[in-house]
Amino acid sequence: MSALRLRLRPRAAIGAEAARAGRTGDRILFALCAGAGLLAVFVLGEVVYQVISGARPAISKFGLGFLVHSRWAPNFSAFGAAQALVGTVITSIIALSIATPLGIAIAVYLAMMAPPAVRTVVGPLVEMLAAIPSVIVGFWGLIVFSPFVANHIEPALHNVLGFMPLFGAAQTTGFSLLTAGLVLTIMVLPIIAALSRDLFLTVPVELTEGAAALGATRWEIIRGVVLPTTASGVAAATVLGLGRALGEAIAVLQVVGDGTGIHSSLFQPGETLAARIANEFTSPESKLHIPSLFYLALILLVIGLVTSVLARMIATRFDVHRSLA
Amino acid sequence: MTEPDDQIDRGPAGERVLGRVRIQTESLPSPAAPAPLPARNGGAPLIARDVVFDIRDMAVYYGDNQALGWTTFKIYRHLVTAVIGPSGCGKSTFIRSLNRMNDAIRGFRIEGQVLYHGHDVYGAEVNRVEVRRRIGMVFQKPNPFPKSIYDNIAWAPRNLGMREDLDARVERALTQAALWDEVEDRLRDSALSLSGGQQQRLCIARAIAVEPDVLLLDEPASALDPVATASIEDLMRTLKNRYTIVIVTHNMQQAARVADQVAFFTLDPGADRVGTLVEHADTQTIFRNPKDSRTRDYVTGRFG
Ligand SMILES: Nc1ncnc2c1ncn2[C@@H]1O[C@H](COP(=O)(O)OP(=O)(O)O)[C@@H](O)[C@H]1O
Ligand SMILES: [Mg+2]
Repeated sequence: MSALRLRLRPRAAIGAEAARAGRTGDRILFALCAGAGLLAVFVLGEVVYQVISGARPAISKFGLGFLVHSRWAPNFSAFGAAQALVGTVITSIIALSIATPLGIAIAVYLAMMAPPAVRTVVGPLVEMLAAIPSVIVGFWGLIVFSPFVANHIEPALHNVLGFMPLFGAAQTTGFSLLTAGLVLTIMVLPIIAALSRDLFLTVPVELTEGAAALGATRWEIIRGVVLPTTASGVAAATVLGLGRALGEAIAVLQVVGDGTGIHSSLFQPGETLAARIANEFTSPESKLHIPSLFYLALILLVIGLVTSVLARMIATRFDVHRSLA
Repeated sequence: MTEPDDQIDRGPAGERVLGRVRIQTESLPSPAAPAPLPARNGGAPLIARDVVFDIRDMAVYYGDNQALGWTTFKIYRHLVTAVIGPSGCGKSTFIRSLNRMNDAIRGFRIEGQVLYHGHDVYGAEVNRVEVRRRIGMVFQKPNPFPKSIYDNIAWAPRNLGMREDLDARVERALTQAALWDEVEDRLRDSALSLSGGQQQRLCIARAIAVEPDVLLLDEPASALDPVATASIEDLMRTLKNRYTIVIVTHNMQQAARVADQVAFFTLDPGADRVGTLVEHADTQTIFRNPKDSRTRDYVTGRFG
């Protein structure tokens, strides 16, 4: 009996040591995670602070009127955000309104309909599309896509929808808000498609089988079970896509042309917030030029943060797990 | 493999059934049918039964592996047929083949025939969505949709265009599933807020709401506690008034309590561990007087 106890004791001690070592490990892990979390908060705060303080001279000079004035003439010290703001909103709307349904459709196909061979080939291709550097997409947009838009898409749209000022006469260059929006679509599409596909694959087979056993068609299962259970995630994927569309400067710069003023037609060249900031930051032409660019950045930042919060709220409303439980 | 004297029903079970089964004269016992055994308590009337499923030489493969050997038996209207047997003997495979739930599984292949009211379930012109509408299924793990209680029930009827009196339909389904009293004032709550037993009854209500002809239940109570299990079993006894029920269970007592007929499957050790039907008969026969020694060993717990 006593021998047994003697033999047990050291073992218990070893166990305690191991537990203590585990605790130290826990602490290190905790410190690392907490540190990383704090760093993220700090970086966000720092960026917001720098943007606001950089923009301060322009904010005190122009106030909120900055948002509605469209004239941007640095050498005359005339600064207004309206043109770039409208350009950003329009190109992002074009990109999301095409990429969201198309991306979801691709995801539905890849996750639920495609034969395994197609799935294993096309799936990674879609992800690779997201990995193409934007300057290369812009390059392609400049050389290949813009002429195509000018020669084919613009005339076609004008023929069918020309009664709306939005689709005015086709232009010769193809450098336009439409082209920028379509290039952004190509960049946003793989993000939405790949993320949504991964989400659809997480829908428990029990749920889809349960729906199938009720005599539901494939489309009814997708609409009634798969999409609702993943709505919040798909909304988050869309916001990620929106983030890329709002912030993309280089590719847009390459195809949006050099426009002044706000036009009713999508076929006219234009400007976006991000493109203008990237284009002009290194060559200021007057004292308020840099503060005004910071002001543009602030607007972009606010749009980004507000849409992300809105998306989260919408997602929570859709998310049956959370809203009903 | 033994076929029971399955054209007829007698004894106490027969009396219970008499009032509600449509007696179909053309399916009266044919001369070829085995002679009825003497009734145990003084000769209850013989009743003809409608055949719902006529399973003929059904064999199922997943890829190269055969999961189910050649199975032949009949499932009768408004009876509870229990499918029992050890794990992996193909009970789920069998029941899921009745409403084509296996179609989506890669490599699934079926031989023989599954005749449903005389129509081949796997016939070329048959729409599997329509098959599943008539032959509802409840799974082992309760799988309510992450929707409200009401929408869980109303979803399928809406899909099928049964939009009239949807509220009444939902109430009827929940009442039949013995859940109405418990959820009456919280129909808009999430179905996920229900207990496991309630969720399973919700799944039964959901299946009932589209007015199926058959209910297939694959171990519906195996994830539930004894109280919830008892309520599911009670439900089986009342639901068979309206539906034909096939229930998979590995719980012998459960089969004895709820089933009118039992099909016993086992893994045939000789044939590459293929699931095989050993015996199909009335519940009393299976438990008191089985024809096959393997059945006797299994129901008395001497199964190796
Ligand atoms: N989806 C599947 N793919 C391949 N084999 C399967 C599949 N489902 C079941 N099987 C095999 O079929 C046999 C019977 O399984 P199953 O019908 O689930 O048995 P039970 O329900 O009686 O436990 C098992 O050997 C199992 O491995
Ligand atoms: Mg099973």
